[in-house]
Amino acid sequence: MNQTEPIRPSQRVPAPEPLTFYGETVGSRLLLGTALYPSPHVMSEAVRASGAEIVTVSLRREQARGRTGQRFLDLIRALSVRLLPNTAGCRTAREAVTTAEMARELLDTDWIKLEVIANDDTLQPDVFGLAEAAEELVKRGFKVFPYMTEDLSLADRLIAAGCRVLMPWGAPIGTGRGLQNPHALKTLRAYYPDVPIVVDAGIGAPSHAAQALEMGCDAVLLNTAVARAQDPVRMAAAFAGAIAAGRSAYEAGLIPPSDRAQPSTPVAGTPFFDLGPTGPGPKPR
Amino acid sequence: MADTRNRTTDRVREITVNGRLTRTAAQTLAELLVEQDLGEGRVATAINGDFVAERARAGKLLRDGDTVEILSVRQGG
Repeated sequence: MNQTEPIRPSQRVPAPEPLTFYGETVGSRLLLGTALYPSPHVMSEAVRASGAEIVTVSLRREQARGRTGQRFLDLIRALSVRLLPNTAGCRTAREAVTTAEMARELLDTDWIKLEVIANDDTLQPDVFGLAEAAEELVKRGFKVFPYMTEDLSLADRLIAAGCRVLMPWGAPIGTGRGLQNPHALKTLRAYYPDVPIVVDAGIGAPSHAAQALEMGCDAVLLNTAVARAQDPVRMAAAFAGAIAAGRSAYEAGLIPPSDRAQPSTPVAGTPFFDLGPTGPGPKPR
Repeated sequence: MADTRNRTTDRVREITVNGRLTRTAAQTLAELLVEQDLGEGRVATAINGDFVAERARAGKLLRDGDTVEILSVRQGG
């Protein structure tokens, strides 16, 4: 190889492997929520800065004579992103299934981020209702993205029901506490190497997202950490960078942690082997 | 089971629409949407917790005590 030939960017940073959800390939490993931004304009700019190709939306009551939903839909359609409607706020499988049907008709998509919430304080998934709803929705032709705890037995149920994406929480929604149970996420990764795993909720900092990607999770879904940042647009870009770095690191292969220090500088050829800090050290016997 | 109450077409019904108690002369879900000035809007509907598709609204009779949800797309996480 000619040593003077410049290295092209494509050689320096290989393109990340593509990510596929239900047969649809996406270029970004960040899925972004659309709530809690200081303004619709900031939301739009944050989505653009994030590079996200999938954004989440919800269904809420329309007011009489209102056009709120249509205005929001026009705004979000202008971003040319794929919409992933959620069932946020649903407390039973029945509520979630009905909401999913309503979302499918409104948005003409069979993708659904399935949330069945068990507890007002923790907003933790109701794993029983979740499994029940997932089974019914798959029967009805939905492609389910289940917001779940990181429990392996639940993952087994959801996969058996026909889910082909797993979305374990990192921490409770909106807490920004990062990955509370990395070991369980690794377990899910090990048991389901071919199912996309999206860490959904609890991500507070780009470093949390990078950690998820470094350990082999395929993507992250977040909202509050960007929307509530002092500068959401800049934070969106920061997350995009961290996620790209985390994925590259995973593909590059991280070294395993070690309990024992290992010198990085070669030991052979070290001068003054027999001198301690204050002078000649103990002589070899 | 035939519900004879639905055959009465000229009286006001008391139903709940998006959480608010509402008196309506609308006989069907489609008529209710027009009455609420949502006939042209992009909304999805459910009655008593069951999804009602857009194409079924004109044939969906309202009954006293029905709980109607009319939803549209919003910000979400």
